[in-house]
Amino acid sequence: MTTAHAVVQDRLQLGGHSLASRLIVGTGKYSTYELMSECLEASGTDCITVAVRRERLIDADGNNILDFIDTRRYTLLPNTAGCFTADDAVRVARLGREILLGLENPGADWVKLEVLADTRTLLPDPVATLEATERLVQEGFQVLCYTSDDPIVARRLKEAGATSVMPAGSPIGSGQGILNENSIRICLEYLKENDPDYPVIVDAGVGTASDVALAMELGVDGVLLNTGIAHARDPLTMARAMKTGTQAGRLAYLAGRIPKKLYATASSPEEGLIAPKPR
Amino acid sequence: MKIFFNDESREVADGASIAELLSTLKLEPRHVAVEVNYQLVPRQRHSQHLLMEGDRLEVVTLVGGG
Repeated sequence: MTTAHAVVQDRLQLGGHSLASRLIVGTGKYSTYELMSECLEASGTDCITVAVRRERLIDADGNNILDFIDTRRYTLLPNTAGCFTADDAVRVARLGREILLGLENPGADWVKLEVLADTRTLLPDPVATLEATERLVQEGFQVLCYTSDDPIVARRLKEAGATSVMPAGSPIGSGQGILNENSIRICLEYLKENDPDYPVIVDAGVGTASDVALAMELGVDGVLLNTGIAHARDPLTMARAMKTGTQAGRLAYLAGRIPKKLYATASSPEEGLIAPKPR
Repeated sequence: MKIFFNDESREVADGASIAELLSTLKLEPRHVAVEVNYQLVPRQRHSQHLLMEGDRLEVVTLVGGG
C-alpha cells in the first residue's frame, strides 16, 4: 500500500472506537460554552473529553454543557480528573458511564483514567493508576490511561489491559510541549513491540501546533489536549492550528523524514558548474 | 425526612423516590447520575428506589474537562 493510499483511510483505532481525527480535545477552561462549541468544530475532532462533577443546583445561567454538545456527532470520553485514589477513580468512571448510557453515547464503554498524586505537578500516581486500571478493565471498561512518560509504567499499564497508554508530554496545562522526546520514543518502542497497532496518545502539556506536530512525527497515534486551545489568545484560530498541526505531523510520520546529518548535501547538481569549486 | 444531597442536608417528602427528588429539583434525569450511600443506582431504577432518612446522595453531571 502506498503512503497516499494509507492516508485516505488513516483512522485512529482505540479499542472498539474508530475515530476520524487523531486529535482528541478537552472541553474545559473555555470562557463560554459557545466558544467551546466553535473550537471543537474548528479542531476537526470527533472525540471530546468531559469531567464528572457534583450537580450544583444553582448554575449561574442554568446552563449544562450538554446543551452545547451534539452528542450524536462527538464520542464523549469521560475522565476521572481530580481523583487521587483508585477507589474514587472507579466511582467516577462508573458515574460517567451511567450518564453516557443515558445519553446513548458510544463513549459509555470507555474512560480516560486519571489518578493524580500531587496537586502542584498533577503528576499521576503510578501505583494507584495501575490498580484502578486493573479494576476498571475487570468491570468491562476500555481504559485509556493518563500516565507520565515512564516507559516501565507504560508497559505495566498495557499489561494490565489498558486500551491505550497516554503519556504526558509535560505537566497538565503547562504548555511546555514534549520535554523528553526520548522517553516518548522508548514508550513507543515498548508498547508497540510485536504489536505495532497498539495505540499510544500524548496527553497533556502540548502548547502549540508544533508541539502536536512533533508528537505525531515521533509516531504516536494521537494527541489529547485542552488548555493549548482553550487558553490561547485566539482559541478558535488555535483550534485550526492544532488540527493542521496534527495532520502535518501524521503525514510527515507516514512519509518518513530524512535522517539528520552533520554536514550539508547539495540539492542542485554538482556537475556543469561554470566555475571550479573551492576545496 | 432529612437526606444529604451532595453533602448538604435537605428535607424531602417521606418515602420520595429518586425520580421524584430529581423532578422536584428540576434536574434533567438524562444529564445526571445518582449514587445512594456510595452505590450507583442506574436510572432505570430511579422511580422504584425510595429514599430513606439519612441517605447520602451523590448527584453528578458532566462539565467541561480535559
